Amino acid sequence: MSNIKGVPQNVEDKLFSVKYKPCEKSHLQPTPSDCARCKTKPCTTFCPAKVYVWDEEGNQLLVGYENCLECGACRIGCTYQSIKWEYPEGGCGVTFKNG
Amino acid sequence: MVQKEIVLQKQMADVIIVGGGPAGISAATILARAGKKVVVIERGNFAGSKNVFGGAIYAKPTAEIFPNFEEEAPLERCNTEHRYALLGEDDGTVISYKNPIHCQKGETNSYTVIRAKWDRWCAEQAKKEGAYIVTETIVREIIIKESKVVGIKTDLEEFYAPITIIADGVNSLLTKQLGLRKETQPKEVALGIKEVITLSKEKIQDRFNLDDKTGVIYTIAGGPMLGMLGLGYIYTNQESISIGVGVSLEELQKRNIKPYEILNELKEHPSIAPLIKDGDLKEYSAHLIPEGGYNSMPKILGNGFMVAGDAAMFVNNVHWEGTNLAMLSGKLAAETAIVALEQNDFSEHTLELYKKKLKHSFILKDLKTYRNVIPTLEHNASAFLGFYPKKINEFMEMFTSVDSIPKRQKYRTFIKNIFKERNLFKIALDMLKLLKLVWGVIVR
Ligand SMILES: Cc1cc2nc3c(=O)[nH]c(=O)nc-3n(C[C@H](O)[C@H](O)[C@H](O)COP(=O)(O)OP(=O)(O)OC[C@H]3O[C@@H](n4cnc5c(N)ncnc54)[C@H](O)[C@@H]3O)c2cc1C
Ligand code: SF4
Ligand code: SF4
Repeated sequence: MSNIKGVPQNVEDKLFSVKYKPCEKSHLQPTPSDCARCKTKPCTTFCPAKVYVWDEEGNQLLVGYENCLECGACRIGCTYQSIKWEYPEGGCGVTFKNG
Repeated sequence: MVQKEIVLQKQMADVIIVGGGPAGISAATILARAGKKVVVIERGNFAGSKNVFGGAIYAKPTAEIFPNFEEEAPLERCNTEHRYALLGEDDGTVISYKNPIHCQKGETNSYTVIRAKWDRWCAEQAKKEGAYIVTETIVREIIIKESKVVGIKTDLEEFYAPITIIADGVNSLLTKQLGLRKETQPKEVALGIKEVITLSKEKIQDRFNLDDKTGVIYTIAGGPMLGMLGLGYIYTNQESISIGVGVSLEELQKRNIKPYEILNELKEHPSIAPLIKDGDLKEYSAHLIPEGGYNSMPKILGNGFMVAGDAAMFVNNVHWEGTNLAMLSGKLAAETAIVALEQNDFSEHTLELYKKKLKHSFILKDLKTYRNVIPTLEHNASAFLGFYPKKINEFMEMFTSVDSIPKRQKYRTFIKNIFKERNLFKIALDMLKLLKLVWGVIVR
């Protein structure tokens, strides 16, 4: 059981408490041309699992889909609603034990 | 391995249910109990494994579906107290209603549960009644023939039935696929995040003033959410507490704030921190809450299908009731399906009965009652969720502090300051809006 001492402040550590079964491919496909013109890139802040990180040098959005909590916020909150968003394959992704 | 594309098996049932949450499982239980052949398809490893809530389930609606749940289900604590905390930046005012009767047989109101255990237990009951539950399987598509819904497609199989109940939750990709609703907008949902924090039984009972069966619910406004359309909550479990916030996705998107930072701040608030001190993080989680209510409902029925629970936006966003609306709408959909099966008529016309039942129940009545509350709060967030909560705490500070200043002088200064910060006209307008809102809830 993933049970960490104390309650961590940063989200990377919080995510250690979550059980995942890895999926082979990403279920989250943002549209790169939209990300390039997206001014505030809100997905990089509101995502509760910090899945999206803007890579300034590569001028691209990095997607750490393995950490996704499957909440759907980015599907609705993407500036252009242009993320191709699916559920990870049956049996994959997050398993909440204490939801 | 068999090739996925080749083996598309076909299965038949009376009713197909998409989603093993409270709505889907309740519908399945009622249908199976009536002897109907039901298939539930759930994408998680088990029912509940993808689900997150506050939370508390409500005794009366639950008993309508699972009469013995109080003896048999995995329940955490029966709630005898509800505290409403209005937090300032560092101070806070808490009012509480406690009634021990709510832990007595026949009088219970709500219980805290853990969804992974609770949903799973409910699914087991449905199974015992004869429902067939398929897990780890995603419904990808609804099959339509001659403008009738006739079944569903998963990655491996096709299932056919004269009726499909769509109970796929807040993200409901299927109602969108069927064109029953437009894409949900950020202001129609709140993002809920939650931490379950382990604490010993003794600590929970001491800190929250409970015995080993009773629990308390906190609804929290203000604090890090001052001026924001968002609420916090705490629920007590047997050996853990659930703490979280739900904030309008539009607020998060516009203000560029991180939801977990709001929760971190809430946990550091002087009114909250001592309650969770020295606890360990058991699990962090997130889920959306439908907030759109009455004004955002999709089309909820048609030839061969009905929509229940969060997928239909059935959440009372003022009281954060959802599981009860989900269970009851699932039950009403099931009852309608039973009538349709008896008449062997699955047309939209026959299934209109579902809407009629919803209209007669508290579901549509409550959603209608509250339809203007969230829009009003949203438009006046800085006043109703910022300025006034702050003032209430400032009033309490003034009222409770002892400092050798004559009381009348203190009152006058307090009132003078209110008008300095917000002019009389604005305050009058606020009061008018508030009256209109209350009028709308109680009378219209
Ligand atoms: C933070 C938070 C706090 C809440 N607090 C409370 C509370 O204290 N009390 C309360 O009563 N309500 C509360 N609610 C609301 C409540 O959780 C929901 O209203 C309720 O769970 C809705 O039930 P449902 O069956 O409609 O949907 P869900 O519980 O979401 O179930 C839908 C199911 O369908 C499955 N599914 C989805 N798509 C597919 C597909 N294509 N194929 C197969 N399976 C699929 C999902 O895995 C899921 O199991 C809260 C919600 C949140 C997010
Ligand atoms: S909000 Fe949408 S468009 Fe903008 S960066 Fe994120 S995924 Fe790309
Ligand atoms: S679904 Fe939720 S957790 Fe997953 S990437 Fe989108 S916002 Fe983040």
